[in-house]
Amino acid sequence: MIEQIVQDGVRLAMEMGATAVECSASEGDEFTATVRMGEVETVKESGSRSAGIRVMIGRRAGSSYTSDLTNDGIRSMVRQAVDLAALTGEDPNSGLPDPGELGKFEGDLALYNDDVGQLDAATKIEMARKAERSALDVDARINNSEGGSFGSGVSTHAFANSLGFHGAYKGSSCWLSVTPVARDGDSMEQDHYYTANRSAALLEPPEQVGQLAAKRVLRRLNARKVPTQKAAVIFEPRVASSLVGHVFEAINGDAIYRKASFLADKLGQRIASEHVTIIDDPTIPGLFGSSPFDDEGVPSRRTVIVENGILRNFLNNTYTARTLGMRTTGSASRGGSGNLSVGHGNFYLEPGSRTAEELIRSLGTGLYVTGLMGQGTNTVTGDYSRGASGLWIENGELAFAVSEVTIASNLMEMLNGMQMANDLEFRTSTAAPTILIREMTISGS
Amino acid sequence: MAVSESFFARKFGLTERDLESYLSEALSRGGDYADVYFEYLATTMIQLDESIVKSATQGVTLGVGVRVISGERTGYAYCDDLSPDRIRHAARVAACIADAPAKVDKTGFTESDKRNLYPVLTLPSDSPITDRLKLVRRADEAARSYDSRVFQVQATYADTLKHVLVATSDGALSFDRQPMARMNVSALAREGNGVPQRGYAGGGGRVGLDFFHNEKTPEQFAIEAARQAILQLNAVDTPAGEQTVVLGPGWPGVLLHEAVGHGLEADFNRKQVSAFSNRVGQQVASPLVTVIDDGTMNSRRGSLNVDDEGAVTQRNVLIENGILRGYLQDKLSSRILRSSATGNGRRESYQHIPMPRMTNTFMLAGESSPDEIIQSVKKGIYCVNFGGGQVDITNGNFVFSATESYLIEDGKIGRPVKGATLIGNGPESMKHVSMVGNDLKLDEGIGICGKEGQSVPVGVGIPTVRIDKMTVGGTAR
Repeated sequence: MIEQIVQDGVRLAMEMGATAVECSASEGDEFTATVRMGEVETVKESGSRSAGIRVMIGRRAGSSYTSDLTNDGIRSMVRQAVDLAALTGEDPNSGLPDPGELGKFEGDLALYNDDVGQLDAATKIEMARKAERSALDVDARINNSEGGSFGSGVSTHAFANSLGFHGAYKGSSCWLSVTPVARDGDSMEQDHYYTANRSAALLEPPEQVGQLAAKRVLRRLNARKVPTQKAAVIFEPRVASSLVGHVFEAINGDAIYRKASFLADKLGQRIASEHVTIIDDPTIPGLFGSSPFDDEGVPSRRTVIVENGILRNFLNNTYTARTLGMRTTGSASRGGSGNLSVGHGNFYLEPGSRTAEELIRSLGTGLYVTGLMGQGTNTVTGDYSRGASGLWIENGELAFAVSEVTIASNLMEMLNGMQMANDLEFRTSTAAPTILIREMTISGS
Repeated sequence: MAVSESFFARKFGLTERDLESYLSEALSRGGDYADVYFEYLATTMIQLDESIVKSATQGVTLGVGVRVISGERTGYAYCDDLSPDRIRHAARVAACIADAPAKVDKTGFTESDKRNLYPVLTLPSDSPITDRLKLVRRADEAARSYDSRVFQVQATYADTLKHVLVATSDGALSFDRQPMARMNVSALAREGNGVPQRGYAGGGGRVGLDFFHNEKTPEQFAIEAARQAILQLNAVDTPAGEQTVVLGPGWPGVLLHEAVGHGLEADFNRKQVSAFSNRVGQQVASPLVTVIDDGTMNSRRGSLNVDDEGAVTQRNVLIENGILRGYLQDKLSSRILRSSATGNGRRESYQHIPMPRMTNTFMLAGESSPDEIIQSVKKGIYCVNFGGGQVDITNGNFVFSATESYLIEDGKIGRPVKGATLIGNGPESMKHVSMVGNDLKLDEGIGICGKEGQSVPVGVGIPTVRIDKMTVGGTAR
């Protein structure tokens, strides 16, 4: 259905005078339910559709989008984009991919599982209830909750362009999370744990989700500030993935061609310790960052970003590649507005050989970070300063909870002082194992 | 205005009878309350990069959200076309939250009080698109001619026009037309082949295009972005540790948004998960501190004639002379807490369930002059501009990221320092406010607040303020 709509959109725009067109559309159903203190709090269920188009007339581009997928809605979207294309500037690098670049990754990416759509509302609510109950049952100090939630979604994404490419793929996702609140005297804390997968059968069991959330919140209680000092910092995988996300911001072609990245002039150079290898791979079956083709119809492929500390590749779409004199890496990403940017597939840091416990034990003292706050990362300069919470490491053991401190350094220095544990996990489309950074400034009391 | 004169009647043929039938469908399985939220949103966005207008985008989204409340339970469903069958289906799905006999139909609606806080004569969306294109070109020229070290400029102009209609099973009916426009400029500067630095500026509100011609011009935003980028070229490492912090007026009010505002949202407080829970009447800040959330300010980004549940917005005192006075309410929380509405029920779109949110949050002016405040500090930092912030409402810890700061030495403003995150604890850090300036200023109008995945536009404001102790996340000793 929507695969037809995007092809119609392309044809209509060509009839209206466009010289090149790209059209995409999505449709999907979503469900979320929250149970709080054993009672259903919210149930939300709906389906939605949207379409977007990017039209070129020569070297000028205009785009438009709509949630109205009737014939009239599509027609006025196309008309609007064509009209706008007459008004923008001539951009020498604009245009569709070279025809030879178009195609699809062949192979089963396991993006869709029937079992997600087959779960009924009552089962989903029961899983949320069970996860919350399990967290509340762990310890008397856990006497409140922000709830247990179950969410699921099924969606189809379609894309076509005026070079004759068209394709569609279907995806499913579901997740279960719980956010318990614990209190001990004046100390009150919340934390959460979640499991997410493209298949309902592969979710972690609700009891385990609840128990792990309980463990996380309990270890935060009675946190202290530590004195301001320079010390080693270990990031658990959940927060370590944000560091990998910063590397993505710094190696994406949009930032590179504008020289808005501390890595802009560093291709082929050593930018990290020899332990650091970073890969983008949108072709790993079952993961959230996988897809058969990018938002320009270019096939997904694995790209080595950093190899043993050497910066090997940037991620590019057709536009940034042309601007930089490079080739697209199949990394085009299009937001709801139809404008093109550079995205990633499964963007991850390869694990090391030691366990996380061994990394912790290797330190005399240091900070084990389990929570980060704020946006204090500047990928233009690499300067890094964020709020942190976690546990203090003393004599190689996790000793007490720490909060209300900041950690600061520069991403370049951090990359050069990195060691990894062997516990890489693909929870979201950026992923990392436990990371040890030799030294950062911790600001506290 | 009757339903028949509304935007949705004119464009989609909506009638009062339709609204009644959707609401009775929503309450077909019982439930205490239901509402329907109609939304039509038209957006225009123009982006300039490398002195080329590289993209111009327009789009429309429209839909209806149906909500049913039964006790503390909420059922919600939405649809993205306005066909009666789809809306009735959404109403039936939302109705499943309740399990009781149908409610008696209520007929007739009373319209909420009429006023217009954003009397824009010519909507931005009615201005020729070429006029809007000129704004980003002007910004580009101004930023580049400010200083030859500026080598990259990105300028964005965006406007939205939102039509909403809310009808409730209490018989309340409200309409609103909500315009919004903003400009953002980002500039990169560098010295020779040195490390580039970025500067940002932007502003807007519920305004027409004349705002960018008369009140805040593209040139002003451009020069401000370029100035910040150039300034950072000479920035030194920020000192680390607990320090005396002076906040400049305006956007640094994001402190209040994070340290106080979120923790006072009624949903967190009725669930007893906020660091401010059960603290109404207690001293939670220095006696110099009075914090207001005001949704009724003319043309401001955070203002609304009616909130997204149809309640009239108002001016709410959150903290008065350091004493916590009240929470920000939405319909569900105020029903459960038996407290009066404050007009803070907001949602990102028809796809979202409303919840208590801030509007324009600011601290009232005090008596100190800004100079006097700076001069009182022997050693500390002066923070003039911030990026975003974040708060953990349960333990009260919050951060906000300074993007333009200076050292203060012996009562004088010294060298600029690099960006750094400041961290504190909401109910604690506000007690360390020791001086409040007489120069209250509101932000320029680019604030976006995120909560549980929903983004809404907000405003903040603050006068110059001295905080005796706050942890600064620098790298220098």
